[in-house]
Amino acid sequence: MTAPPAVPRSFREASARRRLLDLLDPGSFRELLGPAARESSPHLAALDLPVSFDDGVVVGAGRLGGEPVLAAGQEGRFLGGAVGEVHGAKLTGLLQRALRERPRAVLLLLDTGGVRLQEANAGIEAVSEVMRAVLSARGAGVPVLALVGGAWGCFGGMGIVARCCDAVVMSEEARLGLSGPDVIEASRGVEELDASDRAMVWRTWGGKHRALLGEADELVEDDPAAFRRAALEWVRRPRPLSLPALEREQAFLARRLEELGGCADGPDAWRAAGVAEPDRLPLLDLPAWSAAVGGARRRRP
Amino acid sequence: MTRDWSRARRDRAERLERARGLADGKWVEAERAPALLEALLRPGDRVCLEGDNQKQADFLARSLARVDPARVHDLHLVQSVVALPEHLELFERGVGRRLDFSFSGPQAVRLAQLAGSGRLEIGAIHTYVELYARYFVDLTPRVALVAAQAADAEGNLYTGPNTEDTPAIVEATAFKDGLVVAQVNERVERLPRVDVPAGWVDYLVRAPAPSTIEPLFTRDPALIGEVQVLMAMMVIRGIYAEYGVQRLNHGIGFDTAAIELLLPTYGEELGLRGKVCRHWALNPHPTLIPAVESGFVESVHSFGSELGMEAYVAARPDVFFTGRDGSLRSNRAFSQLAGHYACDLFIGSTLQMDLEGNSSTATRSRVTGFGGAPNMGCDARGRRHASPAWVRAGREGGGAVMPRGRKLVVQLLETWREHMEPAFVERLDAWELAGAMRMELPPVMIYGDDVTHVVTEEGVANLLLCRTPEERAEAIRGVAGYTPVGRGRSRAAVEALRDRGAIRRPEDLGIDVRRATRDLLAARSVKELVRWSGGLYQPPARFRSW
Amino acid sequence: MEHLAFEMDSREEGGPARPPVLVGAVGSGNLEVLVEPGGGAGRCRVEVHTSAPGFAAVWEAVLRDFAGRHPVAGLSLAVNDGGATPAVVTLRLGQALEEYRRPGR
Repeated sequence: MTAPPAVPRSFREASARRRLLDLLDPGSFRELLGPAARESSPHLAALDLPVSFDDGVVVGAGRLGGEPVLAAGQEGRFLGGAVGEVHGAKLTGLLQRALRERPRAVLLLLDTGGVRLQEANAGIEAVSEVMRAVLSARGAGVPVLALVGGAWGCFGGMGIVARCCDAVVMSEEARLGLSGPDVIEASRGVEELDASDRAMVWRTWGGKHRALLGEADELVEDDPAAFRRAALEWVRRPRPLSLPALEREQAFLARRLEELGGCADGPDAWRAAGVAEPDRLPLLDLPAWSAAVGGARRRRP
Repeated sequence: MTRDWSRARRDRAERLERARGLADGKWVEAERAPALLEALLRPGDRVCLEGDNQKQADFLARSLARVDPARVHDLHLVQSVVALPEHLELFERGVGRRLDFSFSGPQAVRLAQLAGSGRLEIGAIHTYVELYARYFVDLTPRVALVAAQAADAEGNLYTGPNTEDTPAIVEATAFKDGLVVAQVNERVERLPRVDVPAGWVDYLVRAPAPSTIEPLFTRDPALIGEVQVLMAMMVIRGIYAEYGVQRLNHGIGFDTAAIELLLPTYGEELGLRGKVCRHWALNPHPTLIPAVESGFVESVHSFGSELGMEAYVAARPDVFFTGRDGSLRSNRAFSQLAGHYACDLFIGSTLQMDLEGNSSTATRSRVTGFGGAPNMGCDARGRRHASPAWVRAGREGGGAVMPRGRKLVVQLLETWREHMEPAFVERLDAWELAGAMRMELPPVMIYGDDVTHVVTEEGVANLLLCRTPEERAEAIRGVAGYTPVGRGRSRAAVEALRDRGAIRRPEDLGIDVRRATRDLLAARSVKELVRWSGGLYQPPARFRSW
Repeated sequence: MEHLAFEMDSREEGGPARPPVLVGAVGSGNLEVLVEPGGGAGRCRVEVHTSAPGFAAVWEAVLRDFAGRHPVAGLSLAVNDGGATPAVVTLRLGQALEEYRRPGR
């Protein structure tokens, strides 16, 4: 008889608050501007739509490995984690607080489809402000990490935010990109992209593909403890935000585009990157995947 | 005057003669399929166009939809499932006139429209075994158009794991001088196994594309909710453990998938391994994998197969029925019999229930039918062998002087469906549907007098313990929650039923409602099912998130 | 959106005042419940914003039963609802109360 595999707690299924509690040192998290403050969206209320007491994002302070950090978690179950004006202001405010408090790092637990369409320009502006705040924090020497492991993944403007961070940690089940599959199908038609073909969706936006391309710096199991280990590691490895560093990154991206830009599908890119049997990759567990991709994995400088 | 006793045989010979020249031996080129059907068919023929629960003779359906309606018209179609658009195109073009079937799934709305417009006459909506039975009595097909995975040169057929209806259809047709045409995905030198012998098959066509098979029985554990976990806990503790249910059939849906996924966790915790759920009549549901792997499940006979489960089934021959080639051998007719006569319990979900306990999934604008659920969701009055669960249910039902057993028939439903539609009603929508479609009877899936237990998030109603129709109605109200029907209950009557165990709330069953979370599921995603299977389960692309 | 407000009798006190908790999320068929101190002696105050109008009587029945079975006196519950069924509402209320009272939170 096969021994039943252990069923670990899932990071993906946890609420935003639960994820933060699991990520930080036990008992250390203090929420700022919590739900009792009832800072909910005036736009949604004006449209007679349901609101959330925290506008779908939890922000606060805590400790990671004993050191002070600021952290935010988006609640993907509320409007797909979409960023509205209040939601975005809470993220921006947290990042600006970092300029004052100088924590060891800011951790962003992203789970979002991007801008909240109901809030239109206010939402777009909010996301731009988050981008600027991420870069300001980094510029001031506070590393910012993106941890992407929720059911929505991270799309739209928030996909750009993730890639403005010092590092991106993803689970295999998470997705990262700009326009997501549903958006592409809705705007370009099912002939262009069939969003119900989940295997295709994951080999295009999923964690394994992103990690192989160097978009994600580390790929972890869908396990709160694995995200915590990765966060402990990556807060110690900030990337400089300097002109030479950006030029190195630009060169990396240009080279990657030249090598893989012509590939039509994930496995084509994996083969072109140097993986021997690319079609096997989606089915491999993470250790086997790491061994199989080996040196073919691109790494952001 | 001497009577001619072989008219059908001579008619068959005439038809074969007309088709001569279209075939090379038994083999017909795909593009000549419509011509073959025009040669073989006569107006008004009774035709079985194999449409199973999963496998579809889709190429032959398309070919039949292309015949000249001037030559072939007014056919009487007899088939268990109406699943493809082509099935209804036949009626739009006048090729078909009358339809006897069991289930219509995705075509339910269009079927209702065609029937309403008078272009399609519905003979009757059957249950599966009922329709197969009529193939051998008064609905014997003149021509059967079936689907198989492969054939050899002689015409022996290999159906692959989805054997489903094929043996029943071919047997009824071939042995009454009918004609059998099979579409196959491939022609091979040597078949892995023979599911239908060549002598029963007249013509073979290699289909340009493999026949359609839908993964109808795959339920993604990610979509199971906490309320379903709670109801599954009540079923395991309040029914499976209580009666010691060893042989059973599960309906399709997330409610029963939750039960399957709770056996290795909650069932194990209650010490039920080896005591319940040992033998099953069930398709190879992916959500059953953890229960198989953790030693609950000893045997499974299947109606059909399930995409992605091929390698897993082949690697577990002690559990599943497999051919010498290793692949599953399913058989819908036999599995329905197994579910009816050899199982102590049927459990399934429904959408609507009235105060007599009648339940139906029929709604006003759709004509769906119920497939096989009614065959298993009823007492097997012809059963004579005893088992502890059957005898106990019979004893609880009581009444007559002569003791006899009783099948447990359990209906699962949340008190409110999505969009705040109450699931408990004074009068089923089925009445209106019957009126609109001029049906003889309202389409009821499970009749109230067959139902023994109703399980909702509010508790378990044991209808066996109710002695009068009023008590049954009160027991149903007692688990109907905050629906208008439920709020019509008398608190005193409900408390009296609770004292007798005719209503049991989660706390009466020793269930802590707070434990009803997804953490109790043995697998919470398709990927975890793949892990349980040791990588043998290969889910279709639409169920992957990797 | 429909706004409903109720005052419930509850025999048992919800315990000493603690920091508020939020459980659940607002989505189709789901809801969030905010539990805070407040409501007064022997009373529990409940405010509901729901996207499914026309079910005030059902809410009242669900909430009265919940308040009758659980120690919620002196608490204030606020609900944002996306059309959850009574089954989900009852489960979520139970989880929210348990989280509020969890020692060492």
